[in-house]
Amino acid sequence: MRVLDLPQSLDYRSVGEVMERAVECRGEKVLLDGRRLRFVDPVGMLGLLGNGRYLGEGSGAPPRLALDPDSDVHRYLARMNFFEAAEGVLAVEGVARPRRGGASDVLLEITPIAENRDVHALVEHIQDRAGTILSRTLGYPPSAVIQFAVILSEVCQNILEHAGAPGWVAAQTYQWSRRLGRQVLVLAVGDLGRGFRGSLEGEHAGRFGSRWGDATALEAAFIHGLTRFPDQGRGQGIQQIRKQVRRWGGVISVRSGRARIADSADWEALPPMEDGLAPFPGAWITILLPAAEGAGE
Amino acid sequence: MSGETPEHEIQLDAFAVDVRELLSRTVASLYSHLITRPTGRAVRMAIEAQLGELEGPTLSLVDFSSVSVLDYSCADEVVAKLLLGIREGDPVEGEFFVLFRGLRAFHRDPVMEVLERYDLHAVVESEGSAVELLGPAAPAERALWARVEDQGRIPASDLEDTLDPEDRDALHRLLRSRSLFRDPYRGDLYALTELARLLDP
Repeated sequence: MRVLDLPQSLDYRSVGEVMERAVECRGEKVLLDGRRLRFVDPVGMLGLLGNGRYLGEGSGAPPRLALDPDSDVHRYLARMNFFEAAEGVLAVEGVARPRRGGASDVLLEITPIAENRDVHALVEHIQDRAGTILSRTLGYPPSAVIQFAVILSEVCQNILEHAGAPGWVAAQTYQWSRRLGRQVLVLAVGDLGRGFRGSLEGEHAGRFGSRWGDATALEAAFIHGLTRFPDQGRGQGIQQIRKQVRRWGGVISVRSGRARIADSADWEALPPMEDGLAPFPGAWITILLPAAEGAGE
Repeated sequence: MSGETPEHEIQLDAFAVDVRELLSRTVASLYSHLITRPTGRAVRMAIEAQLGELEGPTLSLVDFSSVSVLDYSCADEVVAKLLLGIREGDPVEGEFFVLFRGLRAFHRDPVMEVLERYDLHAVVESEGSAVELLGPAAPAERALWARVEDQGRIPASDLEDTLDPEDRDALHRLLRSRSLFRDPYRGDLYALTELARLLDP
């Protein structure tokens, strides 16, 4: 049994390290040791699920996940519906599943996306909560709730149209006191599908020749809006998401296969492109939206 | 249905499409947002099926006023591909015109984006009843379209004397994009909003 220690803070910054190590452990029985875990964001949660499914497919049985049952993280994971989503994906060790409370301050619990109707249900479900959080917490104008719903719709359709496999989405806001001094909305979407390279390969690999790889595929989709469909109207989703995220001063990154591409902001400078990462399957999208300056003062 | 001007009768059919109602009828009664490509495709095909049943020139009034969320995939299907199909005569052959109604501020980005992408025009009545020609039109096209829109109808006899060669090119493009209607018998030009007004029961 390999033990894969989870960091104290499992978030969009540290989840990549866990993916790297999961690739090394593929095919073995693994214990994901999260007993030191003290903070997890939606990117970290989906990363855990992705690692669980990836390792389970490699070894034939879901990896084990150990958590501190008395920690705030444990209660928080329960509120985010993590344990429901983890059924069949992770064998969560030795703790009774806490009951969820009634009203929740969660923006969007972990939600599986497998069909068109899941996207409809998601957008219906999130309207009221998103409206309150976007306007009161982030200080965005009332119309932002519609734009946020469009982002959600487009980003989830990316799973349905390109991944060829089900995925998950989750979102929450946090106070980033030290880094930014403002609230930040963290939206995560992930799947273990064929990834951008796999999606585009048949249609576009030839023209890139020996340069073809995860990085060129990501560039082609993220920067140039290429898709595998010959239809001129395809490929707008991710372009429009980028445009809206930029308007809100946010950050977006997409990891797929060995590469990660990002649009940064002055408050969070991610590398525009990273290549040579461990070949973790699927596509993993992170969107960070900061509160408007002066919001909540 | 047909509408009458003081001078003569325009042979034109019209039908109204409430997109939200069509959405619930053709896709699922639980859906209230115009999102995802399969949903948009189903709505577009339902509109095209209605158009396919009509023979003469037809004005379709596509109403977005009860739609709150419109994403880019649906705008691509319900606006761009519908207009493209009408312009190219595929899948429905015939002289069809579309006036989009009830467009709200938050619908504009997706609609503008898809029009830009396909180099299409759309005549749009936004909430508050401002009428616009959306899409990448040349200044001469915008000017001529606005002139017809202001007057509602320009008789053919008035047109001949006032169009310079640039205007004639603009007119050709506006007619091709179905942003204006020309009476096939008299040659008069009509704004789509004027047709809608004449045809309104």
